[in-house]
Amino acid sequence: MMIEIRWHGRGGQGAVTASEAVSAAAILDGKYALAFPEFGAERRGAPVRAYTRISDDPVIPRTPVTTPDILVILDPSLLHPEYTQGLKRNGTVVVNTVIQPEKIAKILKLKPGSRIGVINATGLAMEILKKPIVNTGMLGALVKATGVVSLENTKKAILNKFSGKIGELNVELIRRAYKETIVIEIKKEVLVQ
Amino acid sequence: MTLAVKEEIRKGLRKPMPMSTNTAIATAARDLDVDVVSAYPITPQTTVVEKIAEYIADGQLDAEMIHVESEHSALSAAIGAAVTGARSFTATASQGLALMHEILHIASGGRVPVVMSVATRALSAPISIWNDHSDVMNARDSGWIIAFVSSAQEAYDTVIQAFRVAEDPDVLLPFMVVYDGYLMSHTMEPVITEDREKVLAYAPKRDYPHKLDPKNPLTIGTITDPNWYYEFKYQQVEAMKIALEKFREADREFGKVFGRNYGVLECVHCEDADAIVVANTSYATTLKYIIRDVREQGMKVGLLKMKLYRPFPVEEFLKATSSVDTVLVVDRAISYGAPVQGPLASEINALYHSRGLDTKVVSVVAGIGQRAFKDDDAKYMFKLALESRKAVPEETIFYGVRK
Repeated sequence: MMIEIRWHGRGGQGAVTASEAVSAAAILDGKYALAFPEFGAERRGAPVRAYTRISDDPVIPRTPVTTPDILVILDPSLLHPEYTQGLKRNGTVVVNTVIQPEKIAKILKLKPGSRIGVINATGLAMEILKKPIVNTGMLGALVKATGVVSLENTKKAILNKFSGKIGELNVELIRRAYKETIVIEIKKEVLVQ
Repeated sequence: MTLAVKEEIRKGLRKPMPMSTNTAIATAARDLDVDVVSAYPITPQTTVVEKIAEYIADGQLDAEMIHVESEHSALSAAIGAAVTGARSFTATASQGLALMHEILHIASGGRVPVVMSVATRALSAPISIWNDHSDVMNARDSGWIIAFVSSAQEAYDTVIQAFRVAEDPDVLLPFMVVYDGYLMSHTMEPVITEDREKVLAYAPKRDYPHKLDPKNPLTIGTITDPNWYYEFKYQQVEAMKIALEKFREADREFGKVFGRNYGVLECVHCEDADAIVVANTSYATTLKYIIRDVREQGMKVGLLKMKLYRPFPVEEFLKATSSVDTVLVVDRAISYGAPVQGPLASEINALYHSRGLDTKVVSVVAGIGQRAFKDDDAKYMFKLALESRKAVPEETIFYGVRK
């Protein structure tokens, strides 16, 4: 089985690093995985996308993810149905926002059966890192909402990437985000309200 | 991967680590204990030599890192180091490989076993930092051994094989390990690395036979008059033949020692196929994934993944495609104005004709400047290969272009 994740963020928020950290965690979990960005001449603030694929099989396509199982939206300004295109039935969307999940579901026009996880990753990042770098918070939210990789190896992957104090702060951020993420399943009633 | 290796992974004796192909290549250079690395940064290669610099700074590799002012100098310095007997490595891409062009021929003509990794990228103008194979296809006649790899693991393994073959006293040719910029260079995936002792036992440092030595002076690359130049060039022809045999042997041995090998090419579902798609690097992986779906839909297609490109594994290629009447070749470079404008397709066409075979060759150009190649595109390649059996397109298909 293959799980496909698509990441939407803005340059500087760490979408690419997060996509890689999830693949690293999956590899540490004993799976095969690929992570790669949609490459552009990266500029701070420009919309970026990245992809992660996790599989039990070593043969994984190296094409852009067009039908994701999981979508991660790192920037609240990217809350638009355009970014949820191709989301598989019963897929999960993980969003950095302060808005209620039910409202987000309507904004993104999610279908019944899909799931949504919300976290105020910007707030958490400002509190813990004192910087609006939201990617590690989104990792905690992703793990909570989907369990696609283990929390333990997600922390390990981040510690392999960032050493010392920065590593510790980011692990704390993952832990807090994991705890504070709210996950709901989208039911018909939610959408017609 | 052999069952024994899979079992070792399961037991946790071997742990695949997440790394990009660029990091995997740098790690191979570390594990091969290279002596000299000379390089000039260019996207998307740069992180290869950055990682090597890190290994040197951390004390994991005892090598001389030479910072030069251009790729022309990078390869020149690597050659200079190699002819003193140092194990030498460099890396480049795109304009960098183009700027090296003059020195590529000096490396092969001088029989200097430098190993270089190439993270393929389009050529200017207009500027594109993205992937295609224009750079490496421009270098195909430079006398280098050229191998295409399709994963970070294969890149790691092939750099190790490359030093063993290049430095073989019966070969002494430079070796280029080629992979896709971005689609592989910056993609994270699992890689198993090996102990340096084991790597060096497989690819031992050898004594370069005509090395520069102040105590025993000699000159390399002197002017050679019409009476002898041709013989030097013909020796390169012969060396390529030997390189093919040595590469086959090195690959088999690699499989025995490390439990992984790739052959000079790989064919998937070729035995009972009606048509075969030929591709390399990242496209081969994608097509290998998609072929399962199209096979399930009843399309009798095969996939041939090109690994060794120079020397071209003629016998293996002909054998692998012997059962089909049509092959479709996906090229990611354009041979402008040529009769067949996909360079690999052109060669394969020539090969069949030279052997008196009437196998049809469909030439498809795709992925120029990293124009996206998605799952549906991969599916279409198989479909087109089958459809072309009835009537083969006369001209190269420029797939996905806005005309």
